[in-house]
Amino acid sequence: MAIRRILIANRGEIALRVIRTCKALSIETVLAASEADLDSLPARLADRTLCIGPARPADSYLRADTIVQAALGVKADAIHPGYGFLSERPVLAKLCEQESVIFIGPTAAQIEAVGDKLRARAEAESSGVPTVPGGAVETARDAMVLAREIGAPLLIKAVGGGGGRGMKRVDRLKDLPSALELAGAEAGAAFGDARVYIERFVGRGRHVEVQILGDGNGRVVHLGERDCSVQRRYQKLIEETPASGLSAEFRARVHAAALQFAERLSYRSAGTVEFLIDLERDAFYFLEMNARIQVEHPVTEAVTGIDLVAEQIAIADGRGLRLKQEDVRQTGCAIECRINAEDPARDFQPSPGTVRAAVWPSGEGVRVDTHVVSGSRIPPYYDSLLAKIIVHAADRPAALERMRQALAATRVEGVATNLAFHADVLTDPELNAGGVDTSYLPRFLERRRAVGEVRAHG
Amino acid sequence: MTLTAKDVAEIMRLLEQSSFDNLSLEIDGVKLNLQRGSAAPVRQPAAPASSLETQPVEPAPPRVKPPSEPGLAEVASPLLGIFYRAPKPGEPPFVEVGSRIEEDTVIGIIEVMKLMNSVRAGVKGEVVEILAENAALVEYDQILMRLRPGA
Repeated sequence: MAIRRILIANRGEIALRVIRTCKALSIETVLAASEADLDSLPARLADRTLCIGPARPADSYLRADTIVQAALGVKADAIHPGYGFLSERPVLAKLCEQESVIFIGPTAAQIEAVGDKLRARAEAESSGVPTVPGGAVETARDAMVLAREIGAPLLIKAVGGGGGRGMKRVDRLKDLPSALELAGAEAGAAFGDARVYIERFVGRGRHVEVQILGDGNGRVVHLGERDCSVQRRYQKLIEETPASGLSAEFRARVHAAALQFAERLSYRSAGTVEFLIDLERDAFYFLEMNARIQVEHPVTEAVTGIDLVAEQIAIADGRGLRLKQEDVRQTGCAIECRINAEDPARDFQPSPGTVRAAVWPSGEGVRVDTHVVSGSRIPPYYDSLLAKIIVHAADRPAALERMRQALAATRVEGVATNLAFHADVLTDPELNAGGVDTSYLPRFLERRRAVGEVRAHG
Repeated sequence: MTLTAKDVAEIMRLLEQSSFDNLSLEIDGVKLNLQRGSAAPVRQPAAPASSLETQPVEPAPPRVKPPSEPGLAEVASPLLGIFYRAPKPGEPPFVEVGSRIEEDTVIGIIEVMKLMNSVRAGVKGEVVEILAENAALVEYDQILMRLRPGA
């Protein structure tokens, strides 16, 4: 079956990103948009736009039945879910399977297998991939036995959580029983699943993830890793590839672990296996797998020259993996900065509104993925991502310099953004030295605050 | 300010004389969408030519056709789905042009993945125009019918 028409069940920059590849492949696009996005750039560039409901995601982008009905109504061959929204909810993939609409992503069963974090942990263990010491806990007594083995500090994680949501840190073992009770109640309320598990808290860790592509029949290739350690409250801000300062041997082991995990699942489509690198122990552990295209995928595209969305579509179309591992070569270094409509001066509060003027950088080795133009409205109902600026250069210092220049050439007026904050981070010696851990950004903010206070007091 | 029928006629005349095909106007919450000619869909600049065997996406139905007379009330679709004018195939439609209906009269059904949702008029009056086609996909907030409000 040849995919000729794709319904895009998403918005913002990723909707536009998918449209771009579809146009290059002469595939027609139908955008499923909420009322708030009917004037958006993706709505203007799609071949057709359908209004699927009111602005609130629960009434539009999260309605799997409406989205599949829309795809059937316009005779779309396939649905691209983008990231977020329904991309990792088994309900959409399942409904597509029932209605014979191609879901551009993994199978519903695979989404379920990695969505349940405890099951994903068990899958990792079965495939011989190291996990953070820890495990499931049924009773407070079990938990205490396991916790003594692991040692404090600990993290309590919700089985239904992920991406930094549903986690609680416990510094003293005697606090564990009460913290468990609270975490279970919170997880039940937030995810409809009260199950939790415990893991060692890794004090100094780097977040390194491996991009993979699988054909659904057990063949998987990796496209190298991305370092996403520059985060604030588990929200990634800057991503780069390759991860700096890792030995070739260590990187190869991380790549192999990702392949092992995905092969065991016979994973289909693009996915990312996340690892935590424990700097104190020189070890790495499986964190979770993201069964979707990720926000930061362009850095991988920059260094490999591979269009990940095109590969997703080819796999969904039954054309299998068009790449062999030896076809994948990484050249140079790529960095991405996420430009958000949020105000660093107000604790990164979202800043929706109308963008009066937007000027994005361009030039050699610069790519901007954005749906924002002068006059764009940034509705308050969705995430605050305005644009991703991606640079590519021969090596890391050159990429950092290119990013500094790209940021300097960027102008966004009308809404508060984190542009100046990015520019600050990119001149920081610690970031320039490379290999920062996930506690870097909070420390940077703390330092900046202290300097600000000194200045304020003259 | 509000738009009178005379204003609308004047705007239509201006559009007719202009070099534009479409006009969208919003004044104090009143939205007016005018389109020159028949059902020429609002299309973006041509997409790169696709392969010959690819059928073009069916043109999107224009979101709003101008009303045949001023002062009509609109019944908009509460959902995206397939619109049916009759309870079952072969049965008479719920309403026809000229039907006098109450606020809670069912005017059609919208199917979303085999789930049938009744659509009620919400306005009392007489059906003047039926815009949505039977068994066709309708979008959220698409105008299904227009009524002349009143007893």
